[in-house]
Amino acid sequence: MSAALSFGIGIALLLGLPGVLDDYTLIQITIYAVMSILGVSLGFIWGFGGILCFGQAAFFGLGSYTYAIAVMNMGDSTMPFLLAIAVPAVFAMILGYVIFYGRLSDVYMGVITLTVTLILFNLINSTAGPEWKIGSAALGGFNGIPAIPTLNVPGQPDNVLSPKGLFDLTFVCLLVVYLGLRMLISSKIGRVIVAAKENEQRVLLLGYDARAYKLFSFTLGGAIAGLAGCLFANWGAFTSPTIFGLAQSAQIIIWVIVGGLGTLVGPIVGCVAIQWLTMQIGTQQIFNSNLVLGAILVVFVLLVPRGIVPSLGSLAEWTYGRLRRRKASSSMPAARAGAAPAMAAAEEST
Amino acid sequence: MTPVIETRNLNVHFGGVHATRDVNFKVAEAELRCVIGPNGAGKSTFFKLLTGQVKPTSGQILFRGQDISDMQPHEPGRLGIGIKTQVPSLFNGLSVWENIWLSARRVNTAEQSERITRQTLERVGMTAYRDTIAGLLAHGLRQWVEIGVVIAADPPLILLDEPAAGMSDAEVARTAELILEINRQHALVVVEHDMNFIRMIAKKVTVLHQGAIIKEDMPDRIMSDPLVQQIYLGKKPH
Repeated sequence: MSAALSFGIGIALLLGLPGVLDDYTLIQITIYAVMSILGVSLGFIWGFGGILCFGQAAFFGLGSYTYAIAVMNMGDSTMPFLLAIAVPAVFAMILGYVIFYGRLSDVYMGVITLTVTLILFNLINSTAGPEWKIGSAALGGFNGIPAIPTLNVPGQPDNVLSPKGLFDLTFVCLLVVYLGLRMLISSKIGRVIVAAKENEQRVLLLGYDARAYKLFSFTLGGAIAGLAGCLFANWGAFTSPTIFGLAQSAQIIIWVIVGGLGTLVGPIVGCVAIQWLTMQIGTQQIFNSNLVLGAILVVFVLLVPRGIVPSLGSLAEWTYGRLRRRKASSSMPAARAGAAPAMAAAEEST
Repeated sequence: MTPVIETRNLNVHFGGVHATRDVNFKVAEAELRCVIGPNGAGKSTFFKLLTGQVKPTSGQILFRGQDISDMQPHEPGRLGIGIKTQVPSLFNGLSVWENIWLSARRVNTAEQSERITRQTLERVGMTAYRDTIAGLLAHGLRQWVEIGVVIAADPPLILLDEPAAGMSDAEVARTAELILEINRQHALVVVEHDMNFIRMIAKKVTVLHQGAIIKEDMPDRIMSDPLVQQIYLGKKPH
């Protein structure tokens, strides 16, 4: 999808949806957009950087908790919003430095990121006592942090965002993240990141420090996941340790696989489709949603390994190719018919 | 004059295997040197040492007088040592253009890189394949793309590991021409098995055997040397 088309669709949705949808649906779509930002963060580092991170939920959770703790202590949400991006980014940078500069293999990458997520889950889960407070914010352990103040207009703590305001902000964030990553991928840095995924040895032999490029993409992925975490805390005015859990980590990977690895639209499509499906399954009592999600993952891995978006792209190309061939073959008799009188005339003249 | 590359008493051990033994090797600026030796002689290991992929156990590697023995794997490439590896090492999912552009772009502006990429494609005769995905190319074409990738960065020293392997006679002749053309501006060290190819390009040949240099001389003298014939060509001295 071209950048201009993506931008056009994004702006049309941003301006059009609030006018036609009620508040409840708008809030539902807001959470789809929040989770899409999270999906895109993994889609970028995995699909373009080749870094399969099992712990994207760790950065998401850190963003969420950082915002909650900071806004409860500071009042105005401007700095907490920025901290919610910066803290997961710095955490990802430290973790990435250990992994990439320690030249750990991909397997260890998966093990370490998953372990870090579970450590954070257990750590936050065990902070239920009243002694676990940071300033005026009680961490709440497994109960989470409720009543998180919503984002306000910068410098005006009393002027908080309405559901429509949060929808607008989330959609703008998704659009900025998507278009920003597209621009990055087509830049020199982005091409080197993709090249390092293709053949790290050749990147090194060309004189590029592959570790630095990987660290950059990993850190950026952490920052974007942190942004999603902040918006998630705002969406429900609540956060809890479950967002660090295994289920959350696995779900992000499923979004990317289903939507299509190696695209930025894919994780958004995968996220929206799976979230919607999960919600629909939740309205009935026959099937367990986790069972259905697992089945979907198996089906996609075995039958549609490239995911929805790349497969649809291939299908469109194939259909277009067939139509062109059919058009070409149907125009040939006409061409021959047109050529026949000319040939006859030529014969007559000779 | 300072050699472009020099090794002093270079040694490397892999466990109990002594893969490189006291190698003292010098190549002057704009020289073309061929390195030959039987399988397992340590030729590829020697290239890996020169490009920082393997660290020496002892000894020194000097690039234009600068010690590069303990550098990170990306630093020799940044200094100006380009390598075409034995098995073509390309970005298989990217186009031929992108493969060469990535090399040119490291040392040039975006505008210069476009021009250099276009010129390089012409030099290696791959303009017709500019949009082809590198992984889909035949072996011989991949070799030329990799040579293009190396020369696009304009490094003072180019290492070519078996550049004519798996090529037809016509392709070998064209590769020899290309190497001689590249040698007008760059120093080259070429590892090769094909003795006909060596005759086409070599001015001086170094013979490696069991990790050590056993002979350095003009190609004709190397070919007629009884010791070289015995260990490399499998002939017994008369």
